[in-house]
Amino acid sequence: MALPQAKLTATEERLASLVMPEAGCTRKAREAALARVREMGLPGRRDEYWKYTRPDTLISAEAPSAALFHTDEPMMFHEFDRLKIVFIDGVFSPEESDDLSMEGVKIDRLEDICCKDIHWAKELYGVLEARGQSPVQRPLAALNTAFASDGVAIHVTGKPSKPISLIYRHASETSDAILHHIIRVESGAEVTILENGPAASRFNKCIEIDIADGGTLHHIRAQGRDHQRRAATHMFTRMGQESIYKSFTLTVNGVLTRNEQVIELTGDDAVAHVAGACVGDGDFHHDDTVFVTHDAVNCESRQVFKKVLRNGATGVFQGKILVKEGAQKTDGYQISQSLLLDDDSQFLAKPELEIYADDVACSHGSTSGAIDETALFYLRSRGVPSREATDMLTLAFLAEAVEEIEDEALAEVIVSRLQDWLARRS
Amino acid sequence: MAALDQTQVKEGVDQETVDAVREVGTYKYGWETEIEMEYAPKGVNPDIVRLISGKNDEPVWMTEWRLAAFDRWTQMDEPKWAMVNYPEIDFQDQYYYARPKSMEEKPKSLDEVDPKLLATYEKLGIPLKEQMILAGVEGAEDAPAEGRKVAVDAVFDSVSVGTTFQAELKKAGVIFCSISEAIKEHPELVKKYLGTVVPPSDNFYATLNSAVFSDGSFVYVPPGVRCPMELSTYFRINAENTGQFERTLIIADKGSYVSYLEGCTAPQRDTAQLHAAVVEIIVEEDAEVKYSTVQNWYPGDENGKGGIYNFVTKRADCRGDRSKVMWTQVETGSAVTWKYPSCILRGNDSQGEFYSIAITNNCQQADTGTKMVHLGKNTKSRIVSKGISAGKAQNTYRGLVSMHPKAKDSRNYTQCDSLLIGDKCGAHTVPYIEVKNNSSRVEHEATTSKVDDDQLFYCRQRGMDEEEAVALVVNGFCKDVLQALPMEFAMEAQQLVAISLEGSVG
Repeated sequence: MALPQAKLTATEERLASLVMPEAGCTRKAREAALARVREMGLPGRRDEYWKYTRPDTLISAEAPSAALFHTDEPMMFHEFDRLKIVFIDGVFSPEESDDLSMEGVKIDRLEDICCKDIHWAKELYGVLEARGQSPVQRPLAALNTAFASDGVAIHVTGKPSKPISLIYRHASETSDAILHHIIRVESGAEVTILENGPAASRFNKCIEIDIADGGTLHHIRAQGRDHQRRAATHMFTRMGQESIYKSFTLTVNGVLTRNEQVIELTGDDAVAHVAGACVGDGDFHHDDTVFVTHDAVNCESRQVFKKVLRNGATGVFQGKILVKEGAQKTDGYQISQSLLLDDDSQFLAKPELEIYADDVACSHGSTSGAIDETALFYLRSRGVPSREATDMLTLAFLAEAVEEIEDEALAEVIVSRLQDWLARRS
Repeated sequence: MAALDQTQVKEGVDQETVDAVREVGTYKYGWETEIEMEYAPKGVNPDIVRLISGKNDEPVWMTEWRLAAFDRWTQMDEPKWAMVNYPEIDFQDQYYYARPKSMEEKPKSLDEVDPKLLATYEKLGIPLKEQMILAGVEGAEDAPAEGRKVAVDAVFDSVSVGTTFQAELKKAGVIFCSISEAIKEHPELVKKYLGTVVPPSDNFYATLNSAVFSDGSFVYVPPGVRCPMELSTYFRINAENTGQFERTLIIADKGSYVSYLEGCTAPQRDTAQLHAAVVEIIVEEDAEVKYSTVQNWYPGDENGKGGIYNFVTKRADCRGDRSKVMWTQVETGSAVTWKYPSCILRGNDSQGEFYSIAITNNCQQADTGTKMVHLGKNTKSRIVSKGISAGKAQNTYRGLVSMHPKAKDSRNYTQCDSLLIGDKCGAHTVPYIEVKNNSSRVEHEATTSKVDDDQLFYCRQRGMDEEEAVALVVNGFCKDVLQALPMEFAMEAQQLVAISLEGSVG
């Protein structure tokens, strides 16, 4: 079907501002992705999948600028022993990054994989993104595959001794970063991936993750403090038998964030947990869009998303559990909740179930409301000052999402960031 | 049931049992009334719209209203977002108007109605003769000695054949008649309210309905009146290739109360038939309306051949403070259902409730749910939806709960449960939740599961056969909704639940 004229124009304008890198072996995948973008068109305001989030500034030819955020606070995760891979405005920085060699893992820059003969990378780049275009279209991810200017390929074959930390620094007020990472976790291997930083004034990031039978991947992400930044991120995860994927995202700032998680459980007995805590203030707009497909027997999936909003902030949740025919014994759970600290903030949700197998237990819940007055009264009657009591209840509300992080030390870091946010309240 | 027909009846089994078994599991209302019909030419265009308007002797303003709607319709596209698949409908290959020839001259009283028509309704179990009002359903405690009265408006294809108890209702000041009659007799009321809840440009099917609706029911309950009996409309599609487009308008004026029941059936045919109705309800200050539907249109055969395409727009506008509306629906029929009875909660302290059972079996598809739009302060809504899917059927709950910034201290509770019987069917939930103030509380819960093996085992152990056991478990699953139905309907609905699921086990 032909695209509407407005969409066609917007898409072509954006494409005109981009240049496809010399990409060697990823060339074919990139060209196919470009064809997908042209076929789908970039997201528009009228698209059902963008009902609650306006994509205009994510697709404009020029990236809107974002003021740099200056702080003396040390970067997130600084206290952890980790292998640092640093990108500044979307460009890999060899000076600031650690040596990329570590036992149990092989890390390459995206631009190197074309000359090296890395078969697994060739078979993964753009593949999961292409699979993830159905039944819902994700044109920004296809755009990313076609035009990604940097990224890393991480091949996990063992159990590396420390987490791999992807750090995204934002250095120039107007920057338009497109990063694409691919990660393959081999059978029985296990890795923790940390991500933090604002990356750029506009950031389009895509990660394709392929977890083989019995592999495990932990993912903890903190999206940077620079308030005016915009980000559209996609994570496509394909999971083999008895594999485990656990992902947690913390978002405390940003005028526009759209995080999409596309998870496909293709092997029996796989377990996927995705969680997110976001706290937003003012013109903050945060969108979590999750799509979990159960295509194997006896798998478990959990989605836990909590949003605290104030001063007119907007929180969006679009989550879906799709259970395909034959995916019996599925255990699917999804909860999305918002705490509105004042009357101007809003929560918009579309939690969906689509189920084609009968022997399943799937449930979802979604709630929205203000702080529980009775709980507040109880705390105050015990001598807790009003503000402290509110903070306690707010943290308790977010706790269910934070508890999804297995590593206690990492969970503590996240909690302390949330406490900082509460303390910053005017 | 072919297998049963060939079965040799064992000795000692009486014929009654065999007949009872044969009847169960088939669509009971699939027969056709042979009656001479008068059709408008096939297709839809301004001339057909004028013709329908002319047949009903409508005033000029009504004809123009229809023509404007038709004009709008030609610029609209069929909605594609629902999770239903059906072959492209050729809107020009339908009859938009069909009426029994004997209705050419409107009968003045029920005694003048063609006995064939009356027989049709009698066969459906719908009492049209006032003296034939059935005695109260067993156990109806609040029913007076002579039985509970229900006034019925019967619609046969495109026209209303008769309305009972009009005189008694008139005494109470209640107007209950066909909408074609209302347009002539009470133009001021129709003009004031028609299209104010579902505007002619609302959606594709509603717009088509606005242009070609042929008949339907009209209810006006004056201020402070509690309608002395339940009102009911019975829709019957009989003619082939004919779309039924009825329009219902219910106005509950200040402080009034009315309970309205709707039932529908159609003959068994190989080709799909179109049904696109619009129901508008206006609820003024302190008024209350209960609207209950048992939808049992022909669902098509087990291979998905034939059946009714049911595209319905139903909406209630709670205009006044403290007004209340309650939708209850039992959806067991139709090949395709596309229906979202909604509540606009405009008045402060107004309340909307939606109770639904949707059962799909064989190749049926249902995409149904509700919209609760909270505009006024301290408004409350409650949604309880039970979807049951068997065979190769697809059952979707689609709903919207919207709390506007000014709807302070409002409350919504939503519970949608789906039950799957068999591994070839699907159950889906698509809720939209929009909260734009923080003093309101919204809760949504949904679950999907299968019929519990332990419960089935327990029933089987007590000597029930498998189908009975499933019917019992499903009835338990639907209990919350069945309890919200008026007594007469609850009994019928319970049986329907069991019948709709026949053949789904094993």
